[in-house]
Amino acid sequence: MMEWLLVLAGGALGAPARYLIGTASKEHLRGPFHWGTFLANMAAALLLGFLVQAGTEDALGRTGQALLSTGFCGALSTWSTFSNEVHSMASARRTAGAAGYVSVTVALGLGLSFAGMAVAQALW
Amino acid sequence: MHLHPHPDTTSGPQWPVVAVVAVGGAAGALLRYGASRLWRNGSDAALLWRTGEAAFPVTTVLINVVGCFLMGVLTVALKERFTGAPRLLNPMLGTGVLGGFTTFSSYTDDTRRLLENDQPGYAVANLLVTVAGCLTAVVLGVVVARLALVRRRSAGAGEGSGS
Repeated sequence: MMEWLLVLAGGALGAPARYLIGTASKEHLRGPFHWGTFLANMAAALLLGFLVQAGTEDALGRTGQALLSTGFCGALSTWSTFSNEVHSMASARRTAGAAGYVSVTVALGLGLSFAGMAVAQALW
Repeated sequence: MHLHPHPDTTSGPQWPVVAVVAVGGAAGALLRYGASRLWRNGSDAALLWRTGEAAFPVTTVLINVVGCFLMGVLTVALKERFTGAPRLLNPMLGTGVLGGFTTFSSYTDDTRRLLENDQPGYAVANLLVTVAGCLTAVVLGVVVARLALVRRRSAGAGEGSGS
């Protein structure tokens, strides 16, 4: 029961964090890239990599995992908005841009997942 | 200088939107958590990395594909059919519920977990199946929603509705 509430709380923080990253990056960053979704996904990938390693080392209990991993990181990151953006780029005949967006997101996201884990390993 | 917030400009964050995104995000995260509890297969990092380290993350893949399909439906529904819907509905359902339901971080974490557990085939399959599945799903959602919701203007029939 407790875990449901923690997932709910994490989700209620993660999704607005992604929205705020989006509005801030719209003000400060330009270019053909969807910076908001990209930065939110990269941050979540890095943070979850860190948290999973921290959890393996028992620094986080099940409660911390429900709140931060499932709730916060899960809601901070998104596939649905990302796909929607790729689809709209492809529909506007920006095929190369769409392919680049997908490749960079997937490759860097995976790299940051490993990086987050390495940081946690260095700390513990 | 961007230090002074101007509440009446539309470029910055809008706090009613933040609130509905929070509500939607909480609901989406709960739905994802519920799905991962129903179908445990090593997909959910928070609960399962101890038990299903080498398992293919079917649940995460399905969550993301279903969420992308619904995002395609939602986009068409709000932009092409129910254009008079409340302004906050799109951020609540799209950014909030579907954004909170789908997850990129579990996707990268699942892939890393598979690589570390000597399942490079599963890892590559997860990478590719998710990308292909999600992009196909959003297109499919758009197509299905247009067929179901948007009455096509019959150019040859000459109905002449004018608007």
